[in-house]
Amino acid sequence: MSQWQADASSIAATIRGQEVTAKAVTAAALATAEQIDQAIVQGQDPGPLAGVPFAVKNLFDVAGLTTLAGSKIHAEHPPATTDATAVARLKKAGAVLLGALNMDEYAYGFVTENSHYGPTHNPHDLARIAGGSSGGSAAAVAAGCVPFTLGSDTNGSIRVPAALCGVFGLKPTYGRLSRAGAVLFSSSFDHIGPLAHSARDLAMIFDLLQGPDPRDPVCSDRPPEFCLPQLKQGIDGLRIAIADDYFAQGALPEALAAVEKVATALGATQRVTIPEAHRARAAAFVITAAEGANLHAANLRSRPQDFDPATRDRFLAGALIPAHWYLQAQRFRQWFRQQVREIFQSVDLILAPTTPYPATPIGQETIVINGEEILIRPNLGLFTQPLSFIGLPVVSVPLQRSGQLPLGVQLIAAPYNEALVLRAAAYLEQAGIVSAPIVQPQL
Amino acid sequence: MSESVDPTDYVHATADLIDLPLDPDSVPSIVTHFARIEAIAALVLEFSLPDNIEAAPVFKP
Repeated sequence: MSQWQADASSIAATIRGQEVTAKAVTAAALATAEQIDQAIVQGQDPGPLAGVPFAVKNLFDVAGLTTLAGSKIHAEHPPATTDATAVARLKKAGAVLLGALNMDEYAYGFVTENSHYGPTHNPHDLARIAGGSSGGSAAAVAAGCVPFTLGSDTNGSIRVPAALCGVFGLKPTYGRLSRAGAVLFSSSFDHIGPLAHSARDLAMIFDLLQGPDPRDPVCSDRPPEFCLPQLKQGIDGLRIAIADDYFAQGALPEALAAVEKVATALGATQRVTIPEAHRARAAAFVITAAEGANLHAANLRSRPQDFDPATRDRFLAGALIPAHWYLQAQRFRQWFRQQVREIFQSVDLILAPTTPYPATPIGQETIVINGEEILIRPNLGLFTQPLSFIGLPVVSVPLQRSGQLPLGVQLIAAPYNEALVLRAAAYLEQAGIVSAPIVQPQL
Repeated sequence: MSESVDPTDYVHATADLIDLPLDPDSVPSIVTHFARIEAIAALVLEFSLPDNIEAAPVFKP
């Protein structure tokens, strides 16, 4: 993979100038694929993902590549020497890494309008955002570039782009999957997870990624609970409720209608109120701003001009947050976790919109909801932030709408119940309610 | 923040305190973002928590 140490522009130039062939540039991936074919011929087990191509958000370390994390600053770093744990586990399962994908700088955004590397376009409408911060990971799946990708989710960064691009996305329980070798943003909330075309793909990839990792202090020591074998257990006996109050406001009617459609298919009529969800989002906002600023403090001091303007001033403002605000937000997190734990005594699954609106045009800053003009970027995380705040496992399932842009619905469970959300996602898929077909190219 | 504290003054004073140089052209935007954080933080700060609620150094959900 050494030829990928150059950036895409220089690789494109060298191919066009016939200094190197396009075939040679992809030789590393092809050589890996060839080894897999040989292993199969020789009767060896090549792994459950043998020969399946994948790509990762460019904050995952890939040996031989510089880990950009969407930034210009990290482009100066030497190539990573070791694969991120998640990348290594997928390769071990036979998957073939094709490359790394665009994102908001340092994962601080919901739109993937990256000023250094350009915006990621939504395959459903190239004039619109893919969502973020794992925008490249969602768009690559939707467009059929690769069948699955890895993203990261701190406040919604897997679920938001999955919804806007019409693919499945899993944000597991906080600490369930190792983040070792992934550039952190706000460690209190950073998760990694897959984006794919089906619930069974999410389950298979999640199962392969499970397991303790001493390289990530947050990674759980709990033994893996494999979801794929449970996937066809259906939803009989599950107590499913629709989140009301906070999760039924501040959205376009079509986003709420998507939840109702899923609820009807799941036979859910009960409503549940998650108390103080607006404060949970607020606390997540404060903690993220403070931790993100702390992580990048040295570069904010020495070279602020090299940050993306879309993130720089937010990071700088975050550096000025009083300790009391941060600690009170962390203490509120504990209180909120207890409230939600009690809800899960009487409910197994909760449904909520993923985003308040579908993909908006690239560059558009505001949208009118219920007669009020609001900022698009922060409000994309309105319904995802209170949930990642306490580390709940969530699948965003995609609803395709003829002649309209896709929307996502969150299936939410108590910690470590990934199998439940994946079972419900598989049930909805089987019922024809949700799907993630490859988007046909726009001419 | 108390109404007697001007957000621009706070941004300058705190940035000086933590040795964070600010480009004068960026200050209005930073003040806007800080004001946004302040308004959002108020939702957390106005909520009364029992004394026995502590922050988790390593959070286990």
